[in-house]
Amino acid sequence: MNILTEINLIWPELCIALSAMCLLMIGAFRGDSSNKTITWVSICVMGVACLLVLLGPNNPSSAFNNLFIVDQFSNYSKILILMGAILTLILALPYNLREGIHQFEFPILLLFSVLGMMMMVSANDLIALYLGIELQSLSLYVLAAIRRDSIKSAEAGLKYFVLGALSSGILLYGMTMVYGFTGATGFNELELAFSNGVAKNQFIGVTVGLVFILCALAFKVSAVPFHMWTPDVYEGAPTPITAFFSIAPKIAAMILLSRVLLEPFGGLFIQWQQVICFISIASMAFGAFAAINQTNIKRLMAYSSIGHMGFVLVGLASGSIAGLQAVLLYLTVYLFMNVGTFACILAMKRDDRMVEEINQLAGLSRTNPKMTIALTVFMFSMAGIPPLAGFFGKYFVFKAAIDAELYTLTVIGLLASVVSAFYYLRIVKLMYFDEAVDKFDRSIGKEISFITIGMSFVTTLFIIILWPVLDFAAIAASSIFL
Amino acid sequence: MLEISLAHYLIVAAILFTIGVFGIFLNRKNVIIILMSIELMLLSVNINLVSFSAYLNDLVGQVFAMFVLTVAAAEAAIGLAILVIYFRNRGSISVEDVNMMKG
Repeated sequence: MNILTEINLIWPELCIALSAMCLLMIGAFRGDSSNKTITWVSICVMGVACLLVLLGPNNPSSAFNNLFIVDQFSNYSKILILMGAILTLILALPYNLREGIHQFEFPILLLFSVLGMMMMVSANDLIALYLGIELQSLSLYVLAAIRRDSIKSAEAGLKYFVLGALSSGILLYGMTMVYGFTGATGFNELELAFSNGVAKNQFIGVTVGLVFILCALAFKVSAVPFHMWTPDVYEGAPTPITAFFSIAPKIAAMILLSRVLLEPFGGLFIQWQQVICFISIASMAFGAFAAINQTNIKRLMAYSSIGHMGFVLVGLASGSIAGLQAVLLYLTVYLFMNVGTFACILAMKRDDRMVEEINQLAGLSRTNPKMTIALTVFMFSMAGIPPLAGFFGKYFVFKAAIDAELYTLTVIGLLASVVSAFYYLRIVKLMYFDEAVDKFDRSIGKEISFITIGMSFVTTLFIIILWPVLDFAAIAASSIFL
Repeated sequence: MLEISLAHYLIVAAILFTIGVFGIFLNRKNVIIILMSIELMLLSVNINLVSFSAYLNDLVGQVFAMFVLTVAAAEAAIGLAILVIYFRNRGSISVEDVNMMKG
C-alpha cells in the first residue's frame, strides 16, 4: 500500500489537524479579537470533516502498518463526536461573549480534543490508542481550567488533571503487561493470540493487564467506582465545557472500550463480562441514588451521566451484535438529550448571571412556558417515558441483555431506571406546581433557543428516524464482528 | 553471583508504580508531590516496557517508551500550568485546600 492510499483514509483527521494548526497561527498573530471568527471557522471545519467521514471508504481498511483503522463503526462514532462538538461549540458562543471568555484557544483546544477522540475510535494498536487518549485528555484538562480568574474552574482543571493522569498511568501499566505477555501491541495480533484461548503461563499476566486497562477506560467513561472526578469537574468547568465533557469524550471512550473489549480481547469474553456487569450495576445504582440529594443542576447532570453510562454498559455486557447496536443507538439518543438539556441550563440566567440551583426553576411554567416544555421533554426522555427518544435507547439495551440471558442485570437496571425517574420528574414537578420565583432573563441568544427547539423536536419525534438510525447502527456494529 | 532477570525488573517497576499510586492518595501536603508521583508511575511503566522489549527481542516496546516519555513531558507542562493558575486564585497548593466543591 503506498502513502497516497493511506492518506486517503485519514482525510477527516488531516483536515482537522491542519486547520487547527493554521487557526492557532492566525490566533497567535491576531490576538483574542479573532475569537469569534476562529470559532465559526472551527465549526465549519468540523462540518467539513463530517462530510469527509461520510465520503470515506465503506469497507474496513487500515493504514500505517495497521495502526489506524477506518470502518463503519469508527465512521458512525466520528459523526456522533463531530455532531456533539459542533452543537456544544455553537452553544458556547453566547456564553463566552457574556462571561468574557475571549481566549482564541477555546475553539482550537476543542478541535484538538476532537482530533484525539477521532484517533481513539480509529485506533487499531495500543500505542495509537494511548496517543489518541492523551491528545484528547491533555486538551480537556486545559479546557476545564480555561476560566483563569475563577477558582472553581481552576480547581476543576486540577482535579481532572490529577485523576486523569492517574488513569493514564494505570492504562499504560496494563498495556505493558499485555505487551509483555503476548509480545504484540496491534489489535489484530492480540486477537489472533487470544483466539485459541490463552496459554496457562500467560494467563495471569494478560488478565492483570486487561483489568488495569478496563479500570482506566472505566475512568474515562466515568463508571462507578472510578467516577469520583465527574461531579466536581462538571460543577467547576464553564457550562458549555461541561456540556462538551458530558457528550463527546464519553461517546469516544465508550466506543473505544467496546472496540478494545470486542476486538483484541474478544477471546477473553468470560473474564471481562463479569467486570463490565459489575461496573454497569454499580453505575446505574449509584447514578440513581446519589443524584437524589443534589441541589446544583450541573452536579445532577454529572450523576445522571454516570447512570446513563451504566445503561450503555448493559448493552456492552451482552457482547453481541444486537448489544453493540443498542450501545450505538443509546449514545446517539444520549447526545440529543444532553445537548438539549445543557441548552436549557445555559438559558438559566438572571440579571446576567448564571443560575445553577435546581430550586430556581420553581414555577417556570408561568414565567417561561416555552423553556418549560423543552426541559420537560428532555427530563421525560432521560427518565425513559415511551414515545420519547430515551425510551428507545433503554429498550434496545435491555432487549439485548435479555437475549444474552443477563436477567439479574436487566432487573437491577430497570429498578435503577425507576429510581432515577424520581429526580427527573422532581424537576418537572418543580416547574409546574411550585410557587414561582423571579423570572429568568429573556435574551438568551438565538443560538441557544435554536438548539433547544431543534433538540426537543428530535427527542420528541425520534420514532420517525428510529429505523434508519437502527439500520446504520446495525451496519456499524456488524463491522466489529467480521 | 545473582543474575538480574526479567522478574527483577518487573518487581522494581511494580514497586515504583505502587509508590506512585500511594503518593497520589496518601499525600496530604502538596500538589507538587502528586505531580512527582505521576512522573514516577510513568517512569515505572517505561522500565516495564524496556525490560519486556529486551526480553522479547522486539523493538516495539522501546518505541512505545519513547512515546510515553514525550507524552509525560507534555503532561507535566500542562499540570504545572494548571497548578500555577490554581495557586494564583487560591493562594495555596496544599492538597487539603482543594475543597471548594464537595458532595
